[in-house]
Amino acid sequence: MLEKALSGSRTYWAWIFSLLVVIGVGAACWYWQFTEGLTITGLSRDVVWGFYIAQFTFLVGVAASAVMVVLPYYLHNYKAFGKITILGEFLAIAAVIMCMTFIFVDMGMPIRILNVFLYPTPHSMMFWDTVALGGYLVLNVLISRITLSAERRGDPPPGWIKPIIILSIPWAVSIHTVTAFLYAGLAARPFWLTAILAPRFLASAFAAGPALLILLAFVVRRVSDFDAGQQAIRTLSTIVTYAMLANVFFVAMELFTALYSDIPEHVSHFTFLFMGLEGEATLAPWMWTSVVLAVVALVLLLNPSTRKNETSLIVACVAVFASLWIDKGLGMVIAGFVPSPLGKVVHYWPTAPELAISLAIWAGGLLIVTGLYKIALEVRGQVRHN
Amino acid sequence: MDASRRNFLKIAGLSLVGAAGGSAVIARGTEPAGAASGHRSDQPRTGPRLAMVIDLRKFGRDDELLKRCISACHEAHNVPDFGDDRKNEIKWIWTEEFEAAFHSEEFHYLRADLQGKPTLLLCNHCDNPPCTRVCPTQATWKRESDGIVMMDWHRCIGCRYCIVACPYGSRSFNWTDPRPHIASPNPAFPTRMRGVVEKCTFCEERLARGRQPACVEVCTNDEIVFGDLNDPESKVRQLLAERLAIRRKPGLGTEPEVYYIVEDPRTLIEVAPAAVVSDAVENDHA
Amino acid sequence: MYDTGKIVGGLVIFVVLMTSPLWYNALTAAPAEAPKLDQPPNGSKECVEPRDYMRAYHMDLLNEWRDDVVRNGKRDYASTANGRTFDMSLTRTCLDCHSNKVEFCDRCHTYMAVDPYCWDCHVEPKEAP
Repeated sequence: MLEKALSGSRTYWAWIFSLLVVIGVGAACWYWQFTEGLTITGLSRDVVWGFYIAQFTFLVGVAASAVMVVLPYYLHNYKAFGKITILGEFLAIAAVIMCMTFIFVDMGMPIRILNVFLYPTPHSMMFWDTVALGGYLVLNVLISRITLSAERRGDPPPGWIKPIIILSIPWAVSIHTVTAFLYAGLAARPFWLTAILAPRFLASAFAAGPALLILLAFVVRRVSDFDAGQQAIRTLSTIVTYAMLANVFFVAMELFTALYSDIPEHVSHFTFLFMGLEGEATLAPWMWTSVVLAVVALVLLLNPSTRKNETSLIVACVAVFASLWIDKGLGMVIAGFVPSPLGKVVHYWPTAPELAISLAIWAGGLLIVTGLYKIALEVRGQVRHN
Repeated sequence: MDASRRNFLKIAGLSLVGAAGGSAVIARGTEPAGAASGHRSDQPRTGPRLAMVIDLRKFGRDDELLKRCISACHEAHNVPDFGDDRKNEIKWIWTEEFEAAFHSEEFHYLRADLQGKPTLLLCNHCDNPPCTRVCPTQATWKRESDGIVMMDWHRCIGCRYCIVACPYGSRSFNWTDPRPHIASPNPAFPTRMRGVVEKCTFCEERLARGRQPACVEVCTNDEIVFGDLNDPESKVRQLLAERLAIRRKPGLGTEPEVYYIVEDPRTLIEVAPAAVVSDAVENDHA
Repeated sequence: MYDTGKIVGGLVIFVVLMTSPLWYNALTAAPAEAPKLDQPPNGSKECVEPRDYMRAYHMDLLNEWRDDVVRNGKRDYASTANGRTFDMSLTRTCLDCHSNKVEFCDRCHTYMAVDPYCWDCHVEPKEAP
């Protein structure tokens, strides 16, 4: 079936080509980083994790969100999701590969990455994260391949894939939980030392992921004969609404605990994010934008007429995705380091090469999504040939 | 599907409980050979428990000794000098103002001699280290033989998770090749390469040859004392029995093994009284 | 099959290209000289282990030394051949005798196109002026 991604219209190839250009630029920057060291990023002795790990954290959520279509369809026979499930699984595959790539480019000695498997360390959450992500990738590749092949033959999928599909449901929850565990068990970082971090991650994942899926479904509908169906989109938008509400609620809970207890090492990180500390306020406009976007998104989503109207739904989904990308990516990761455990305020902002490498990885993810979606559409005979 | 859905929900519920409990057990319980192990101070520890006592009474504000301790360490271990570059700097031992070193202990009416006092900081070689707990390859781990929180630069993948987990800012990362920034490498000790994390290793290569750590060796008056807390005759044990000492962020349960004597310098009768009194009087007007 | 000519032609070109190092060297290059390694400048005749053993296993020996010193804090190596005890150190023991790294270590490594990155960290002895 892979050969189906290698044929297409001029638009298709123009899109692929532009993605490859972005990837090429980023790859060159990464080679420079590989030889010079991570000094070419904006990272420093106090802010040791930044844009790369922020992207990884956000994308694990997008990967996990496939469960929001798999669970209703396979566990509860929600037939309306029949057409969109494969898109969700393919999105998960692309997202997991992006996660792994972001980790790879963030490492000081990437050629030693196999050490994580040569010297397995069960007391390290990072070890379990690699296991969880690797397993999730295998699961989704297997599930999507088997179900799509069966669809192509016109047969129902073989019985043995069912328990594997069921396994992918708690596994999806676990990949984002274990990623939250990377942060939530560190005595050194009071900003992250909160029990609600994992639930917050999951809530934002289940809002941002399905929002992206809705947007992708609309894009695919524009360029092909695919139509997810009104009911699927409606249900997904309901899921996005409730998940976004849960996420905003959880953030409010965090704010209460920090601000009401007034413990400096908890308050200071929020002050840094929203108002700046000692003149360092780079993130403040971003965080307030995230808040405004969240409000706009919720207003549009909670109101049934704007949730059902496709144009306003698109605006809402973009707002959800952007708001959560800022909050979980830039906000949560960077603020964990500022102020430092010694109380120092340090500036961090990604450099141009850092952004170029990140953009290349995003382009790589889009490339995988494009190729896999093309295969699915070809199998269903929904590619438009003009 | 109904019957199996019920079964699934039962199994899922049990698995969730099992996974949550299991992951907590695994996270704290499983220890491959030579890996990190945490010890609370109430748990008896076999083998040495190496510790350092830094007598803040014996350090002045502009003390040459501070610089000598740092250079002794950094020169012996080929630690690169990046000058004022805060982004790339690497330090195994350095000074911070007292209020930053003991960030949670600062208050307005801190005793005058401690206000802004340059304090030597280094890796605390905690007894319950959070950094070794998070390392995915055991490139940093607590050596059973001597309790040193050690670095294996051959194995480190440069993920910097240990830096994230350290509450004391003791660790540095090689953002770039350090060699151009080492004036004259000490051939008896390796340098490191770009991409690995490094920190103080309690001079384990000197301890193996019966010497004291480099920073201790340049001290002439027990300003820094190093020894085995499990040895009741050791100087560190005696000092802790006689003097008031504090540790950094003790509430986190990391059990740091670097102690700071914070008594009033006027309790030092060995040091020339004039120097001690003038230091105190000067700062009383601060 | 379809397009037999193109497929076979492509295969032939592929095989020729892939085996080019073999036939090119067979036709043009002079016979390769075995690398000649210089003796230790300090006149030492006895290594940690016998020469043939070191030739075959010095990489494994160094790996063992690395783990013993760094991970186990053990620094004394009892030689199986001559019963002497050595300090397990690349720079201080191996290069104490083999201080001519370029004429010793590098000769074989270059010949075998091996690039061990020990020297990124372990300090090389300064070449004698």
